[in-house]
Amino acid sequence: MTTTTLHPISAAAPIPLKALVPWAILGTLLFAMLLYFVGAEQGATSLVSGHMVHEFVHDGRHLLGFPCH
Amino acid sequence: MMGRLLSRGMFAGIFAALLAFLFARAFGESQVNLSIAYEAHQAALAHEAPEPEMVSRAVQATWGLLTAMVMYGAAYGGLFAVLFGVVYGRVSRLPARSLALWLAAACFVVTVLVPDLKYPPNPPAIGLPETISLRTASYFTMLGLSFCSAVIGLLVARQTSGRLGAWNAGLAGVAIFIVLTAGLSSFLPNINEVPSNFPASVLWRFREASIGMQLVLWASLGLVYGPMAERVLEVSPRRP
Repeated sequence: MTTTTLHPISAAAPIPLKALVPWAILGTLLFAMLLYFVGAEQGATSLVSGHMVHEFVHDGRHLLGFPCH
Repeated sequence: MMGRLLSRGMFAGIFAALLAFLFARAFGESQVNLSIAYEAHQAALAHEAPEPEMVSRAVQATWGLLTAMVMYGAAYGGLFAVLFGVVYGRVSRLPARSLALWLAAACFVVTVLVPDLKYPPNPPAIGLPETISLRTASYFTMLGLSFCSAVIGLLVARQTSGRLGAWNAGLAGVAIFIVLTAGLSSFLPNINEVPSNFPASVLWRFREASIGMQLVLWASLGLVYGPMAERVLEVSPRRP
């Protein structure tokens, strides 16, 4: 006679908050920074002088739905 | 574990952005070019000198577009992974693959569809330079309102699911999201700067392409990220 081990289908176990928070902060900061440069830099506000950033991402800004010009 | 989920999210986002880039090349750029031709024609009629080209159209339509898409994909891929990490096993008991797809669908509605209903995407030649601050502030406020309304809807659904049952609580959450976004967005300014003789078909096709591109991005992000997260979170007992 053979014994069969039944593995329970693992229920989704949440990621502990302590492990989650630092990465969540990093992810949110990266998100804000990247989205700012694609969506708003040299439009309403400007960190880098000139229009090069705005002109370079111009088509993406329009097609992604950000206000432009 | 969350670090691996985050990096995979950003990779999945970049991959999804590459597919969306191809879609934008095929369907979006032609409308952008028609719109720029309209703009040039209007300028010529008004005897205005054409604007100096700082970045050539060829670069804007290829490397510029690609860069913008990849940055956008990495940004939302990372945020998506963070949301996934919070929701997985806590708000939802769904396995990684189906949760990723549901979450991507929700993100599409919250970050694209709802803000676009109030402020639809516009091609070049539409939008007055002097209102850029107002339009940018309004757009990002709308994006924030949509996100906050979704969080409130989700919290209400969670709180009431014990009393109402999962189905009714879910409906209540969705209803609250719709009422909040519709109600709050009515306080934001309405903006219509479409020139009266701008070709309607170009505007319609451009908006179709814009929303279609976002659909490609979010669908592929959800589909690609699910199996990646599954490998991190769920070691399958069937495959020893």
